[in-house]
Amino acid sequence: MKKNGIGRRYLINFIATAVFFILALVVCGNGGSRMKLSVVPSIWQCCYLIIMAASLNLVLGFLGQLSLGHCGFMAVGAYSAALISLAFQRAGFYEEKSGVAFLLVLLLSIVAAGVLAALLGVLVGIPALRLKGDYLAIITLGFGMIIVNVINNIPFCGQQGLGQGSASSALYATGLGFSNDEKVQYLWVALLAVILCLSLMFMFVRSKYGRAIRSIRDNEIASESSGVNVNYYKVLTFTVSAFFAGVTGALYACSNAALATTSFAFTNGSILNSVFIVVMVVVGGMGSLTGSVIAAVVLFLLNYTIKNGAWVAALPAFLQNVFTYPMLVYSIALIIVIVFRPKGIMGSSEFALCDIPKWKGWLQQYFASRKAGKEELRHE
Amino acid sequence: MLEIKDLHVHYGAIYALKGISLTVDDGELVSLIGANGAGKTTTLHTISGLLTASSGEVLLDGENIQKIPANTIIQKGMAHVPEGRHVFARMTVEENLRMGAYIIRDQKRIADNLEKVYGHFPRLKERRRQLAGTLSGGEQQMLATGRALMTDPKILLMDEPSMGLSPILVKEIFSIIQTLHESGITILLVEQNAKMALGVSDRAYVLETGKISMEGSAAELAADDRVRKAYLGA
Repeated sequence: MKKNGIGRRYLINFIATAVFFILALVVCGNGGSRMKLSVVPSIWQCCYLIIMAASLNLVLGFLGQLSLGHCGFMAVGAYSAALISLAFQRAGFYEEKSGVAFLLVLLLSIVAAGVLAALLGVLVGIPALRLKGDYLAIITLGFGMIIVNVINNIPFCGQQGLGQGSASSALYATGLGFSNDEKVQYLWVALLAVILCLSLMFMFVRSKYGRAIRSIRDNEIASESSGVNVNYYKVLTFTVSAFFAGVTGALYACSNAALATTSFAFTNGSILNSVFIVVMVVVGGMGSLTGSVIAAVVLFLLNYTIKNGAWVAALPAFLQNVFTYPMLVYSIALIIVIVFRPKGIMGSSEFALCDIPKWKGWLQQYFASRKAGKEELRHE
Repeated sequence: MLEIKDLHVHYGAIYALKGISLTVDDGELVSLIGANGAGKTTTLHTISGLLTASSGEVLLDGENIQKIPANTIIQKGMAHVPEGRHVFARMTVEENLRMGAYIIRDQKRIADNLEKVYGHFPRLKERRRQLAGTLSGGEQQMLATGRALMTDPKILLMDEPSMGLSPILVKEIFSIIQTLHESGITILLVEQNAKMALGVSDRAYVLETGKISMEGSAAELAADDRVRKAYLGA
């Protein structure tokens, strides 16, 4: 009985995902120029922000460790994917971005980007995860900066060589960087990557490993005395998270014609910044993958409308000035969420299609418990 | 079953345990009483591998487990109920108990042990889908104890089970401890509440600033003038 129920849930989810996937491809493939010029590139951006936020949630929400260098792993992934594809292109393996040869290279560079970032995750994780809280945050922050500086000094990453790092220049990722037409053509790659990555992460947190990881978050001592190898699981989670950040990097390399280290730097004001990824996880709910997805999309849309929306021009001058610094807007958004809903949009629960019929009951229960709470206060 | 020989522990420059020796025989309930800062929790943490001793031996059935990390010691049949209701607050009661059986692979054995724990603590069964963080203090203590029982341990280390509980709950917890003891589990109990602890124990040790100052049967110690003055408020 119970088994059948679970099987049905999976089936419903699978069908819903497949329908969404096909629908998105059909709609985007047949849209006009507006679709091609703004919607599809935005979807690409959303895709990598979603994986990025969800993967950071593994460390921040499920393991309970604050990492501020997540974009460092993304940078490693982006540069590895770009360089690998460039090498294949220069070797004459493929000319145009089409055909089986290109798809193979694409797959290889995405996987390799993930694996290389994961290897770095192990290297950083082993020493870093001996620290906790603020100290870990500082270490990971430093790591993010170091990565950017290292890449800035590597000649084959499009830079000028050792010692010239401050004048960073770009790596033209002609092997991957998709044009707007190609972004439409290969939209399925981005969507499929999101679906696969989220499914894998979901399986990971629902497994026995996931339970062990959440137990570390809740109480390290109790977890260790229950027989959980705390250090091993910390490094494992960090590595898995880095892997997905690396995959994200590969998607980033696909959607940008040129890579510059400044886009991964801690000081950049764009939405792609380790701190904003943290904001996404907190807003979405620490410990909820679907929350991260929602928050990534919402914050992306916020960012997009601030930058491109016509309504901004209609605002009074001082507000417009505020909006030229999107960072200010995110901080306000974060403060609002922390004040009114400290556990984030989703808390630690997940959105599930099968639960929609239960919503009415939950709402009633919620109001009933609130009423009961007020009654209790009155009696006291 | 458990034998500790001349254990010395340092926290950095602080000399916390200055040579402790004690034994717990099969089926015994032994308590370790003492004031704040005497080193009771340090002793338990060293036994269960959360801390490493500077010197000395911890023998479990004759095997030295001093150098074994905490997460493998549980496989030797020793379970630790940490101080201060260390439950996994954001997991349900049942998930907490299943975490206790983390090292067991056999699903049937897990299910059996789960039933056994629910038998000891019917209240946990009623609340199995509730988040552990929303339980009352006494229930959290029951949960922490139940979690430790999920591996059928040979010996149970309990750290301050009465901490922060109301007098009624303290009585309840101690009657549970007695039931566990009667069912044949060996228990090493660390308590500040000397009166209750001596009431249920077979033997006891008094710990003072890192050294054992007295030892004997629980009845003997409860009758001792010094113990009565210092710990029983008589």
